[in-house]
Amino acid sequence: MGEPLLLADAHLVDPATGREGRGSVLVRDGRIADVAWGATPGTPEGARRIDCAGLTLAPGLVDLRAFVGEPGAEHRETLASASAAAAAGGVTTLVCMPDTNPVIDGAPIVDFVLRRARDTACVNVLPAAAITKGLEGREMTEFGLLQEAGAVAFTDGLKAVTNAQVMRRALTYARDFGALLMQHVEEPDLVGEGVMNEGEMASRLGLAGIPREAETVMLERDIRLVRLTRARYHAAMISCPDSIEIVRQAKHDGLPVTCGISINNLILNEGDIGGYRTFCKLSPPLRTEEDRLAMVQALADGVIDVIVSDHNPQDVETKRLPFAEAADGALGIETLLGAGLRLVHDGSLTLPRLLAALTSGPAGLLRREAGRLAPGAPADLILIDPELPYVLDKTKLKSRSKNSPFDEARLQGAAVLTLVAGREVFRHDAFTQDASAGTA
Amino acid sequence: MSEPAPPPAPASSFPHRHLLGIEGLSRPEIEHLLDRADAAVDISRQVEKKRSTLRGRTQINLFFEPSTRTQSSFELAGKRLGADVMNMSVASSSVKKGETLIDTAATLNAMRPDIIVVRHHAAGAVHLLARKVDCAVVNAGDGAHEHPTQALLDALTIRRNKGRIEGLRVAICGDVLHSRVARSNIILLQALGARVRVIGPSTLIPAGIARFGVEVFTDMRAGLDGCDIVMMLRLQRERMNGSFVPSVKEYFRYFGLDGDKLARAAPDALVMHPGPMNRGVEIASDVADGAQSLIREQVEMGVAVRMAVLDVLASHLPNA
Repeated sequence: MGEPLLLADAHLVDPATGREGRGSVLVRDGRIADVAWGATPGTPEGARRIDCAGLTLAPGLVDLRAFVGEPGAEHRETLASASAAAAAGGVTTLVCMPDTNPVIDGAPIVDFVLRRARDTACVNVLPAAAITKGLEGREMTEFGLLQEAGAVAFTDGLKAVTNAQVMRRALTYARDFGALLMQHVEEPDLVGEGVMNEGEMASRLGLAGIPREAETVMLERDIRLVRLTRARYHAAMISCPDSIEIVRQAKHDGLPVTCGISINNLILNEGDIGGYRTFCKLSPPLRTEEDRLAMVQALADGVIDVIVSDHNPQDVETKRLPFAEAADGALGIETLLGAGLRLVHDGSLTLPRLLAALTSGPAGLLRREAGRLAPGAPADLILIDPELPYVLDKTKLKSRSKNSPFDEARLQGAAVLTLVAGREVFRHDAFTQDASAGTA
Repeated sequence: MSEPAPPPAPASSFPHRHLLGIEGLSRPEIEHLLDRADAAVDISRQVEKKRSTLRGRTQINLFFEPSTRTQSSFELAGKRLGADVMNMSVASSSVKKGETLIDTAATLNAMRPDIIVVRHHAAGAVHLLARKVDCAVVNAGDGAHEHPTQALLDALTIRRNKGRIEGLRVAICGDVLHSRVARSNIILLQALGARVRVIGPSTLIPAGIARFGVEVFTDMRAGLDGCDIVMMLRLQRERMNGSFVPSVKEYFRYFGLDGDKLARAAPDALVMHPGPMNRGVEIASDVADGAQSLIREQVEMGVAVRMAVLDVLASHLPNA
């Protein structure tokens, strides 16, 4: 694994414990060998040294929800392009969604994705498998065999499991294997023809609305079933204040329930749709500014456990259409950190809390060691310059698609160095510090 | 000496390149269009109806949704001003072969039209198209969003019959949810100082409509009380049988305009409908054809309003 590496004189943030302060991290054999808080230790014999000059050193981000497109939709995104985008965004682990072609609903496809990722991806790629075969919502997949093959969670991706009996059985069976089910909480019949948040704005634009109840009805039903089955349940993305209360109550009652939120619902609101901007056509839809503020508060309070990028590359042909006819989804993995830092800069969140929802939170759900600054943890590390200002230029994004809702947005803060298992996979132009041989 | 004549309206009386909606238009801009339309009414009533204002101009009517009356109204308006008018129907066009809206726009743009009149089934589609062409674009209806010339012709009809719009009580009744006519009318009538009510079953009332500044009624009799104008909306056939309302029979009973319900409005109330009507569904035949009905006159005003719009937009075209 090469010589040891000392990341010296950084501002360390350990989201798992909430501790932050001056310190250094020693990396050896792809893992964190030592975390030295306070004064910089001497560089060990034979180690290289990077002077972090007070920049923030934290665990790499873990993104629980990224649509990739390999196999089957390589024109939108491949594992190579998604992982390059991830690395540039400080994401060192991404969970890819099963709605590929073929669907990730059997062990051989999990195996294919893992081998393709090993050969072509520069970050950790963990496949999520389908809850139901072919994502059809009828028959459950082989949770046990899929987990053995390397599936880390189960989800039908963009689709909810709507049949209550199927969901009940899936939860019951998942419990025996300790499997995590991640549900897209949207009742499709209530979504109907809807394409954006229901309310005044939709009525003004003449677009059919999606009521908040499309989310809350599904979420409440599922939590009833979790109460019955006691399986591990994760609401993939919630978007409205009523959902916060439902999750808060479920947690209070001791149920194994967690929830996530899309970065888009934390940063944008329905007003960003403006003159029918299809890059802001999302599922769940962008809600009102009041909703957004409530969601940010719930994240600060810890009711929301995880922030996801909901990375969904769409090519031009599916987005250059009238709003109602355009595909859902936005790029997100490369802008996840920069967008999230807005909440730190505006004082809504502390940096450790933001990073916890992006690192230790999701890693904990997956029962992985990532997401913490502790000896023995994988050396998936990022160096963040939280002040770095830039205007996002979508043409420079590494994704194969360009549907970023943050195009031309002013952002502040970015990953300048990304390490996966101690290996450098991304370096920002602004970061010129070379690893030098140590002088003990 | 008589008073000096008012100066001619400057070109900036309507400073927009396109007419995509009523939203965003100021009261003086709307009134300017109505004044011009008033003058256009007289043109159509003469034996010699042809003007040369748009001579040499090319107007394309691009209708992605079938429409007989709006398309022919725009066609007549363009021809009476001397434009060369081409109707493009979707059934025979490349759109059916999978061409995207933007490619269609680029193709038509390359033929150098001066004005494109567009109707499309998706809200926002006309705005999308307008961004991709160099000529003026008129929205002839986009999804459930806007239908600005309909609202203008309705306002013209009201103004000519009542002498004013300010202070009138207007009820818009029926399928407000799916109606671009309702949206454009609400915005326009309020901009000109009318008090607007919407009446319909809650399944056909859009969320957040009260935030438009209208009063909402689900009881038609109560809603019509004292109204000066009763504007009916068409109920699409596919929405009649159990999806949004249980049946035609029940809809007509509670929300169809008959003589009995109309009696609740002001004695000199006037009845309007954008057409085509479903007699016996949203409106009774005797009311549609009765003395209080302005429905035929609306059609006449439609041509006049569209002449005014084409004329005003043409004045912004290069080489105008």
